Amino acid sequence: MINLNAAIIVALLLFGIGTLGFLIRRNAIVVFMSVELMLNAVNLLLVTFSRIRVDLDGQVMAFFVMAVAAAEAAVGLAIIIAVFRKMRNIDLDKASLLRS
Amino acid sequence: MTLFPLILLFPVLGLAINAILGRRVSVKVTGSIASAAVFLSFLTALGGLRALLALPESERVIIYRLWDWISAGSLHVDLALRLDPLSALMTLVVTGVGFLIHVYSIGYMSHDRDYPRFFIYLNLFMFSMLTLVTGSNFLVLFVGWEGVGLCSYLLIGFWFDKMFTPTMSNSSAGKKAFIVNRIGDFGFLLALFLIFKYFGSLDFDSVFTTALHHPAPRAAMTAIGLLLLLGATGKSAQIPLFVWLPDAMAGPTPVSALIHAATMVTAGVYMVARSHVLYALAPTALSTVAIIGGLTAFFAATIAVTQNDIKKVLAYSTVSQLGYMFLGLGSAAFSAGLFHVMTHAFFKALLFLGAGSVIHALREEQDIRNMGGLRKKLPLTFATFAIATLAIAGMPGLSGFFSKDEILAAAFQNGPRWLWAMGVITAGLTSFYMFRLLFLTFFGKSRVAPEKESKIHESPKVMTVPLMILAVLSVIGGWIGLPPVMGPNLLANFLAPAFEGLHHIEGFGQHGHLSHSAEWILMGVSTVMALTGFILAWILFIKPSELGSRLTAERGSFYRLLEDKYRIDEIYDAVIIRPLAWLSQQLWRIVDEMIIDGLVNFSGLLVRVGGEVVRIFQTGYVQTYAFFMVLGLLAILLKLVF
Repeated sequence: MINLNAAIIVALLLFGIGTLGFLIRRNAIVVFMSVELMLNAVNLLLVTFSRIRVDLDGQVMAFFVMAVAAAEAAVGLAIIIAVFRKMRNIDLDKASLLRS
Repeated sequence: MTLFPLILLFPVLGLAINAILGRRVSVKVTGSIASAAVFLSFLTALGGLRALLALPESERVIIYRLWDWISAGSLHVDLALRLDPLSALMTLVVTGVGFLIHVYSIGYMSHDRDYPRFFIYLNLFMFSMLTLVTGSNFLVLFVGWEGVGLCSYLLIGFWFDKMFTPTMSNSSAGKKAFIVNRIGDFGFLLALFLIFKYFGSLDFDSVFTTALHHPAPRAAMTAIGLLLLLGATGKSAQIPLFVWLPDAMAGPTPVSALIHAATMVTAGVYMVARSHVLYALAPTALSTVAIIGGLTAFFAATIAVTQNDIKKVLAYSTVSQLGYMFLGLGSAAFSAGLFHVMTHAFFKALLFLGAGSVIHALREEQDIRNMGGLRKKLPLTFATFAIATLAIAGMPGLSGFFSKDEILAAAFQNGPRWLWAMGVITAGLTSFYMFRLLFLTFFGKSRVAPEKESKIHESPKVMTVPLMILAVLSVIGGWIGLPPVMGPNLLANFLAPAFEGLHHIEGFGQHGHLSHSAEWILMGVSTVMALTGFILAWILFIKPSELGSRLTAERGSFYRLLEDKYRIDEIYDAVIIRPLAWLSQQLWRIVDEMIIDGLVNFSGLLVRVGGEVVRIFQTGYVQTYAFFMVLGLLAILLKLVF
């Protein structure tokens, strides 16, 4: 049997690390990876609860999340590459061309 | 005479045509259109007179109800005209003298490029003045009252780009007239409110009938009388509001003749006469009218003695003569007051037009110290001016003699003796300053500047013919109001139905008749005063004598006080205008700038400070926003858990 508490704690830790990374890192790729981390923490919870409740809905939801994450990664990376080409770095704080 | 209301339409038509034509036609055409409009009104007034005379004496009132004007709650005001002996007399004087002055203006304004504007204003004035004297309720009268005030303002400031005195522009003279009149109008309006409150109507007939049968409390009647009088003192230039009239001479001379001598300034007299029932029921107010009139007559005459501007002398003379009219009204001799309105309209219009002719001939010279000896150069002007001078001085047989005498007789009979004495002394002063003016202008050696001397010429016919007609009227105009010892007083008999209401008031005007000998003596006294004034002026200004030259050379402090018009303007400036200006400044600085602007600015400041605070959170960094989002989520989470 899966240890529910352990799963939740791992998910929380992953989500926390992801959030923190998203908030404090300036490198666009790292920020991007942090977002993935948060998404996967949620996925972990979805799968865990799905197993416990013997209900496949949660796992289906997890697939959706993965699909969206993949799409997001494709678009996001494209943007990052475009930014890099334009500015020769990917520091988020420096990407302030639209600021008045 | 159902067409009588057309009397108002003609001047409007005239001004409309002139407004459309503008400067495309010559001054002759413009002036003729304007004059023709007034002449048609004059014919209508004559028709009105005929219609009235055809009626039996007790029924001589015709009301023309044009349409409902205001209907709100218990207030109903019709736009209605009233034709009765009083308004018939006024319309005849206004349109008759007005027509002559219109014709005269064609000549006088021939060199002015703005002639269409001038004639449009004049016609607008005729319309307003006719509304004033024909209105059948107080509100229509008030509309005309304000209309003539507006025209007066427009015409005083007609040459708005020129200066009147070194310190006063023509347009500020106009503003002065307007603002001083505003004070009077304020009193008039308050009187109207009181009349409506106590009598429930503004229509002349119903107000006077109600007042006769259910008079308001005594204090209210007195208040109404005094407030109406305040209105009249503004329009008719009486103490304390006479200060605007001398400065109104900034306007072109025909305007001074028409508005500021013959017609508009008599509106106050007309209004008091129209409200005779209200005054008869308020003896205090009536005696105030007499006192104000007597004092004004005397003080203005003393000022006129020392003035050197030909128009200023005439202006103060007008104020003084208007004072006579109020003295007559206040002595319960309403028809005598109106008689003087009429004769004064003739000879004062003539004097002003004559002065205009002199000014015209001398190229805008108005100072009598720079005139003299014009008798030969301007024979027609001189002859007519001399007739008017004799008339205003009260020489026996001329119009001014009869009207002034009737007023003085009434003052002797019904008023305090000192007022009568003041009137008699004023008669002497009037004679003195008028002959002084005549002698300095037309007699003696010429003091005209040499370069102007050669160009002096008599005015064209279009100007002199009105002078001659007015001169004839100045002579014979008094014969319709002979004193009882000489013959029937046609005018008083004609006006009697208009003052019929007075007979319903117990103990009013019942002081019996003067004995014949008393009348003769009173007439003798006036004549002696007039002759004294004439002889004094002769000694001082014509006959070279040591006494004369010494008296004219010495200018004592009293003389200077008179020359400065008792410094009334300065007193008003110090006592009223400056404190008011100071108060306005304070209101502006404190109430407006600090309190009202402060409130508005404060609300603006509040929004700005709020914006500044909120701005701190709007850094533009996605991560900051995400941080606040996480904080918010955490807060929601905490709320859910605990």
